[in-house]
Amino acid sequence: MTGSVVAIGMGLAVIGAGLGIGWIGAKAMESIARQPEAVGDIRANMILMAAFIEGAALIALLLSFLVA
Amino acid sequence: MRYNMNIKAIFLFIFSVSAMSLLQANNQYEESGCSSQEHHGEFNVGEIALHHIADANVFSIGPFQIPLPCILYAPGYGWDVFMSSKFKPDFVGHGDGHVVYNRYVLHGGMVRRIAGDDFPMGEVNVSGFVHREELVEGKKKDAYYACIEDELIPLDSKSTADGGLFGGGITSYYDFSLTKNVVSMMLMFIFLSWLFLSISRSYTAREGKSPKGAQSLFEPIIVFLRDEVAIPFLGHHWERYFPLLLSLFFFILSLNLFGQIPFLGNANVTGNLAVTMALALIAFLVTNLNGNKHYWSHLFLAPGVPAFVKPILIPVEVLGMFIKPMTLMLRLFANITAGHIVMVVFVGLIFIFGKSGESLGGTAGAAVGSTILTMFMMAIELIVAFVQAFVFTILTASYIGAATEEAHH
Repeated sequence: MTGSVVAIGMGLAVIGAGLGIGWIGAKAMESIARQPEAVGDIRANMILMAAFIEGAALIALLLSFLVA
Repeated sequence: MRYNMNIKAIFLFIFSVSAMSLLQANNQYEESGCSSQEHHGEFNVGEIALHHIADANVFSIGPFQIPLPCILYAPGYGWDVFMSSKFKPDFVGHGDGHVVYNRYVLHGGMVRRIAGDDFPMGEVNVSGFVHREELVEGKKKDAYYACIEDELIPLDSKSTADGGLFGGGITSYYDFSLTKNVVSMMLMFIFLSWLFLSISRSYTAREGKSPKGAQSLFEPIIVFLRDEVAIPFLGHHWERYFPLLLSLFFFILSLNLFGQIPFLGNANVTGNLAVTMALALIAFLVTNLNGNKHYWSHLFLAPGVPAFVKPILIPVEVLGMFIKPMTLMLRLFANITAGHIVMVVFVGLIFIFGKSGESLGGTAGAAVGSTILTMFMMAIELIVAFVQAFVFTILTASYIGAATEEAHH
């Protein structure tokens, strides 16, 4: 029972992280289209921000391991 | 062209033998139960995946098991140092030993110890191993048994540094062996030392000339890390931390890539929580030992923040100090482990659809599908190997940068 609840919770966390990373990607693409000369800076910052969001998803993963 | 064909033929051969050994291992699980034990011959892809990402006391090149030195310590019994060939595992097999040596056994490539105190020392023959889930105090736990003279002898949990106090089960022994992961790390250490020493030698020998060979491969990477990571985040004292950043980057990258080479050990080093924890600990120590007054005052005093927010903000900031290296540790671990598991599961699809060799059509269909999927995943994992090494480096740089930044208000 706790296993399935944890699986649902983990899925929700992944939805959140997926939306977040998708948004970062979309905005980064927009910015690159607007300012192609800043592509290097934008890419590095995009990866950094995606890593932060991934960190939040990983905390959810850790908690799900602890509960399950 | 002929050279290419030869390589293809060798790979095809190794792959077929490996696939056969996977199938054999599956059958072995079926037969390994003692006569009193109910059989469970279901192909359990999760179990196989976890076995393949785990550390091992044998180095497997394709289906061949190369023995590694074991250094074991059991309180009250002293040290045992021997090669894992002492367990007499099959050379082409899945790392199950046929002999108990000084109460240690080799199961699934990993050393375990027989629980309890009344088992004799020395060599005893073992006919197989049983693994099943048992309910202990309402919780499911993995239980391992060795079959010795048709009797099930319980085995200890895997050795952990904490003796099993923080989960993982109490163990009666400590494993300091040169395992597959340790050997891979040493190989990469030797390789990287050789590579970078030879590059630095060519810089002194060819001073003022354009780079050549390995130099021209690594110079852009190092210049990229300097211009995009070190200088923007660390400012004018970037030179102090740049060797650390480069070491982290190339250590993680080389191990990520080494773990991806098929049939060559497939060591999951950067997907091992202990390794990533050590790396994150280095980042944590460097960040906090170099933290200046500005950093600590922001952490504990939070200047410029309304007084009623401080009781909330300060604990969050202090927690964040520990959460940052924790996410470093988990990010690398989760990404690399997930990649390895996905790869094994895709290969396991062949056995699921083929019903372990019963249905030839299913096997052939799934083999085609899984080859395409695995190739796709391999390409993704190649990118992930670079991205994760880069992310670890850039985040470490940003944490160090935040801790050493001078006050500007």
